[in-house]
Amino acid sequence: MVLELSHFSAALLFATFASIVFGITQRDNARDMVKYGLYCFSLFVGGVIVAGWAMWLLRR
Amino acid sequence: MAPSGKNLGTTMDRQNRAAAAQRPQVTPANTTMAVIAPALGWLIPGAGHLVQKRWWRGLLLMISIVTMFVLGLLMQGKVYGFNTGDLLDMLGFVGDVGAGGLYIVTRALDGGQGAIHRAVADYGTKFIIVAGLLNIIAAVDAHHIALGKKA
Repeated sequence: MVLELSHFSAALLFATFASIVFGITQRDNARDMVKYGLYCFSLFVGGVIVAGWAMWLLRR
Repeated sequence: MAPSGKNLGTTMDRQNRAAAAQRPQVTPANTTMAVIAPALGWLIPGAGHLVQKRWWRGLLLMISIVTMFVLGLLMQGKVYGFNTGDLLDMLGFVGDVGAGGLYIVTRALDGGQGAIHRAVADYGTKFIIVAGLLNIIAAVDAHHIALGKKA
């Protein structure tokens, strides 16, 4: 079985799992873990979108 | 009025005692767990937390790391060998080996050969490396929990 993912869906999966691990390992209580996980996820996805637009501008 | 030398000494003693009271107590039981938990966590992702009864954290870590590793393999990512003579391959190996048991089983089954002609396979390679690195972070976290540095 071979998995075919787009760039964006691969980046979303990466962001999801990495954010879960960061949230759990970098904070002490459940509430802070969720907040930090969401913060990391938004930075990952935001970074992908910003980098995507930057590459689009460079290509023009 | 400035504190005399004697008063300054007793104030510092009091502060030192207060700081020592806040520090977690190191007992033989938690030093043993501080070795077992990260080792088990490295071998089986999330097990370092599960063995310390952090059920949800352990389960979420296990699901995240194992899924990431398996997704990497399904994308035909490459699993690096011990020494190919290439520095970047050696760094890849360091990341991969962090996945512990997943790495050992994959190598034993001759998996993770990689397909360099596919762009998605390169993402797969990165998924596998990052799964290993995240597992190292999780194992260190299990060590900190065992020492009482973290709840």
